[in-house]
Amino acid sequence: MTLVSGWGRFPVVDTDLQRPRSFEAVGDAVAALTGSVARGNGRAYGDAAIGAARTVAMTGFDRVRSFDPATGRVRLEAGVLLSDLIDIFGPRGFLPFVVPGTRFVSVGGAIAADVHGKNHHCEGGFGRYVESILLRTGQGETIEVSREQNSDAFFATVGGMGLTGVILEATIRLRRVETGWIRERVIAASDLDAAMRALDAGDTATYSVAWIDCVARGRDLGRSLIYLGEHAGKDELADGADAFPVGKNPGLSVPIDLPSMTLNRYSIRAFNELYYRMGARRAGGSHVVSLYPYFFPLDSLGDWNRIYGKRGFLQHQCVIPETGARAVLGGILDRVARRGDASFLAVLKKLGQGDGILSFPLPGYTLALDFPVKGDILSFLDEIDRLVVAAGGRLYLAKDARQSRTTFEAGYPALRRFNAIRKSLDPKGNIRSKLSQRLFDEV
Amino acid sequence: MTSRKTVLVLGGSSDIGRAAARAFAKCGYDVGLAGRDVAALEPDAADLRVRYSVDVDVYRFDVLDTASFEGFVGSLPALPDVVISIVGLLGTQESAQSDLAHATTIMRSNYEGPSLILGLFVEKFLARGSGTLVGVSSVAGDRGRASNYVYGSAKAGFSAFLSGLRARAGRGGVHVVTVKPGFVRTKMTEGMKLIGPLTVEAPVVGDAILRAVENKTDVVYVSGKWRLVMLIIKTLPEAVFKKLKL
Repeated sequence: MTLVSGWGRFPVVDTDLQRPRSFEAVGDAVAALTGSVARGNGRAYGDAAIGAARTVAMTGFDRVRSFDPATGRVRLEAGVLLSDLIDIFGPRGFLPFVVPGTRFVSVGGAIAADVHGKNHHCEGGFGRYVESILLRTGQGETIEVSREQNSDAFFATVGGMGLTGVILEATIRLRRVETGWIRERVIAASDLDAAMRALDAGDTATYSVAWIDCVARGRDLGRSLIYLGEHAGKDELADGADAFPVGKNPGLSVPIDLPSMTLNRYSIRAFNELYYRMGARRAGGSHVVSLYPYFFPLDSLGDWNRIYGKRGFLQHQCVIPETGARAVLGGILDRVARRGDASFLAVLKKLGQGDGILSFPLPGYTLALDFPVKGDILSFLDEIDRLVVAAGGRLYLAKDARQSRTTFEAGYPALRRFNAIRKSLDPKGNIRSKLSQRLFDEV
Repeated sequence: MTSRKTVLVLGGSSDIGRAAARAFAKCGYDVGLAGRDVAALEPDAADLRVRYSVDVDVYRFDVLDTASFEGFVGSLPALPDVVISIVGLLGTQESAQSDLAHATTIMRSNYEGPSLILGLFVEKFLARGSGTLVGVSSVAGDRGRASNYVYGSAKAGFSAFLSGLRARAGRGGVHVVTVKPGFVRTKMTEGMKLIGPLTVEAPVVGDAILRAVENKTDVVYVSGKWRLVMLIIKTLPEAVFKKLKL
């Protein structure tokens, strides 16, 4: 048995971790008992990629099968990381259409969580660019699923948190780009109203996201820096710049678990003040930045999850439907600011419609906040959840480690349909994760 | 054919073999992958072609079939610039203690086969006056220990062979690298209790092999910690060493 946790390092679970070397061995691992789920690069925050009994590591399946430069179509094994795709195809003028806040996620994980990026409001999530998936179902079949073929299984697998079976391979479409650079425009918003207005105005931008200062209170409540971005053309680059910048692996890593008091209300307040002021100074004009700091600012610091200490942290990411979002977001931010222990990692952005049956996104605003695991944080987050549910919102399963069944069922009315498809693919219930035990499975 | 440098990886479907092939392909080498199961090598060959836009060929090679070696070397379309032998078999010490057939397979897989095939290549390389041979041996060969002396002694033999080969071939412009990886998380070590700080992932070994070839290093301990650990183990007096459970 092996101790495994998600990126948030909470909860830590003892699991039978298997590393199959062939698709047949994947099938054997799943068929042998009830309670397995596939695991990619372990970047889901909570318990999504930990099996109820057994966890099937897929990172060994990291081969690219084929690539067609005429269409940008690539066929690959599920353990290939988005960082590999960027390294391999970026210099040839292709990038994934959708990247989340870290490039160190597997393709299988990106499909299972239907991850979104800074362009969800206009271009949709990762699943939109998946053409087909090779799936090993719980009842032992290996089937190809797509919008045309086994389409129920396809739309249940996109955003299905690995619960329809093990994603073995996928065909995805890449975006043609002229360069690996982004033309970025920073807007300083002095409060929540200004931030939401700036995001609304940014609906026409390909990429838009806001860093939000969740320590600021009173009339500064919700003050933000909004980052808009467009792919830069070759003619926008400085003379002599390479069309594709080099992505460095993290040069600096957090070597140990920092004491949990490293992040306290004073250090966060000081950091946020400095960060906002420096950002505000850059606001107004536009400049060209490498795709790495634009899309993956935290990837430059290895193992950054250790700054929250040994007990780990929780990320709370909700989406609130557009109508009435202002009041709910204000209410959440006010409560968080009063507590003062939310981290500097707070993100606000707009989402569009999700593609999968259980995909997280719905048209509205998503707010992501990190909290160290300590004190009364669990009951505090339950209180936030009640605001989310009352507003018709929901929580992102890829980040979740603690929401209640009530919150989940209220937020995902398509759950019944999802479970029916799941049952048809896996009548004996071989595929089960800690997350599904907590929220999906009949008890 | 292109005029790029070529590397031949013997044991191409092993985790370290795949990692080494990627490291060299990334650096612009055309690659030959050789192993017992040619069909199993094809997906890796396709992966290397797409990832790095290099030429990749696959060959059947069985390290126990020494009679086929001369034919194998002769059948290659061109003599590679670099040949890496990653072939090896950990086996089970306990069964090897009483099962002669198993012990023989371990000894042949780790010593006889790898030494003979590199020995054949060195003649061709010396005739050409250039090339690099890499043998992946093991820290287990540095001193025979109670827990794995059948494997360890075969690796010791291979290390000694490589050492002599290097001394001879160096005068003829051919370089020989001995690689001692230490604990690597691979299918060979699956299920073994590995000591975390002394364990590396296969890509680290692949990169170390490439660096050793480019820098003409003689003996590589992939993790410097192993050089120290084995220095201590090697210098223990026999009277003390035989009482330790290592």
